[in-house]
Amino acid sequence: MGGSTASLRAYVITRVILMVPMLVLLLTFTFIILRVAPGDPVSTIYGERGNPQVIDRIKTELGLYDPLYVQYFRYLHDVFTGHMGTSILTQRPVIDEIWSRMPATIELTLSSMLVASVLGIGLGTFAGTRRDRLPDFGTRLYGALAYNIPIFWFGLILKLVFAVWLGWLPVSGRFSPRLSTPPTVTGLYTIDSLLALNLPAFADAVAHLILPSLTLGIVLSGFFVRITRVNVIHAMGSDYVEAARARGIPERSVFFRHGLKNALVPVITTMGLTFALLFSGAILTETVFSFEGMGRFVYLALSYRDYPAIQGAVVYYGILMVIISLMVDILNAFVDPRIRY
Amino acid sequence: MTAVLELEHLSVTYETTQGGVHAVQDVDLTIASGSIMGLVGESGCGKSTLGRAILRLLPDNADMQGSVRFAGRDLLSLSAKQVRDLRGRNLAMIFQDPMTRLNPLMRIRDHFIETIRAHDPEVRPEDALERAKKVLADVRVPSDRLGMYPHELSGGMRQRIMIALCLLFNPALLIADEPTTALDVILEAQILQLLQSIMHEYDMAVLLITHNLGLVAEFADRVAVMYAGRIAEEGATVPLFREPRHPYTQGLLRSVIDLETTKLYSVPGEPPSLLGDSIGCPFFPRCEKRMSVCETVFPEIRLVGEDRRKVACHLY
Ligand code: SF4
Repeated sequence: MGGSTASLRAYVITRVILMVPMLVLLLTFTFIILRVAPGDPVSTIYGERGNPQVIDRIKTELGLYDPLYVQYFRYLHDVFTGHMGTSILTQRPVIDEIWSRMPATIELTLSSMLVASVLGIGLGTFAGTRRDRLPDFGTRLYGALAYNIPIFWFGLILKLVFAVWLGWLPVSGRFSPRLSTPPTVTGLYTIDSLLALNLPAFADAVAHLILPSLTLGIVLSGFFVRITRVNVIHAMGSDYVEAARARGIPERSVFFRHGLKNALVPVITTMGLTFALLFSGAILTETVFSFEGMGRFVYLALSYRDYPAIQGAVVYYGILMVIISLMVDILNAFVDPRIRY
Repeated sequence: MTAVLELEHLSVTYETTQGGVHAVQDVDLTIASGSIMGLVGESGCGKSTLGRAILRLLPDNADMQGSVRFAGRDLLSLSAKQVRDLRGRNLAMIFQDPMTRLNPLMRIRDHFIETIRAHDPEVRPEDALERAKKVLADVRVPSDRLGMYPHELSGGMRQRIMIALCLLFNPALLIADEPTTALDVILEAQILQLLQSIMHEYDMAVLLITHNLGLVAEFADRVAVMYAGRIAEEGATVPLFREPRHPYTQGLLRSVIDLETTKLYSVPGEPPSLLGDSIGCPFFPRCEKRMSVCETVFPEIRLVGEDRRKVACHLY
């Protein structure tokens, strides 16, 4: 055991060190793409009819006339000193914007991931163990529909039915204005209200989360259903499953210990990869439900070519993706001994 | 001689969308306790299906007819739970590719504990481990391998572990489906010698399923030659190899001698499709000695010669 813990630690350290060059690459690409793409923030914000002299002055102030390499190194310097500039649009430091919006998005993505994995893994397993029978066809149809449904449209339908017509759930936002928000610890309203033992606030936060996370979670679950189904079928047809049956292992253990556990190893890996999908889905979902998170911020920043804001968001997403893939890898190494050594 | 296993009119049909595939047809076979029965034939002749049918390991679309008599009971009439009780306890099986037969996420130790407790839930893990060490010693595997994961072990080592897992409850019959095909020649000999010495120690019979005639000649007491889901010829090893009677067996043996190798052989032509019903001798299209009767009349098994060998051919 000692040996494998040590090798796990070495593995994590290597991965963390590798984060740095990965981030630099990511930042460089963003910088290039933004400068190559047509349009610039000042002209976009002030429009065609803006006073050219004013626009020129602001551009000079923002350093947009400096040589590109100067802008590039200033950008890198800013990022690595933890300072990400000021949003041209909101005039607030980008880092503040990110900090205040991040918890909303984390709350949304985590709850969507929960919906997606419960639905996806549950249904995928259900289908995979009933291959080519009616439940399997039904589940596969669900998977295909869920995965291909446009998020924006689906979100609007859910909102229309459950919030507007039935009135069961709030239409938009993260929290009812009539309640006072719980003291900030994590920034996640659900967790903070629980920490404060404030049940009405908790119920309110959950109610606001349900529709957005169902929207995003169901769409993503379509993907999970497929990947789980395939892997369950593969694992249950594997040689070690047949060998376990031949030793007289009860079918329940054959299924859970040999089949499902092995099937979930590739599913975990894919879950990590789908976080990118989740973040882009969050942009649309947050827009539909006016859920003030990173997604809304990115949407606005992109619309207005707000360079510092976009660059800041990219850094944020980059770091998040690196952390998530690291967590997935550690989880995998923990589950699968073949990766550890 | 007492029989440990008796197959009577055993047939296995896979129901497919194109119709029934008759993988095993009307097989009679008796395995004497403590003996090695070799089951040979080309791939797709039904020998693997036959081995799995005994343990009732076949997929849901397989329909079994006839009877599999083991310890006074017909396995085909037992409930799933009763069959599960027998597997790993009275009847055991090892397979072709030992690299993929152990759960990659489980330590070797847990395979043993799991198997013992599947049959004796009361046994404490520590006691299970003691039993594991004992059978591992019998297959000459050091007990420190118990703490390892399958991927840390070689193919030969894993096959020994598979055998050890079979020995835990001292089964009366071990079905060995191509147990050495995935291993090199030296390991092959080691594993088979090990099997031979262990079956004496444990008083266990072995059904050795293989396409390798050399192995059968060296290790089996009796041989059954399978063709197109049926037994073509069956008898004691020495006379059968000295004087093969069925034209298919003759072809098999000639190919071995021609090539001076024990690995690969080939009889000209392709085995027939097992889909749907057929009339006449299944070997007819490839047989050098065919007669007009062979095309339309199915050759029933007869006892031929002084050694009263079973042969399914109109020549006798
Ligand atoms: S029955 Fe006829 S065709 Fe079949 S093996 Fe004998 S001789 Fe050949």
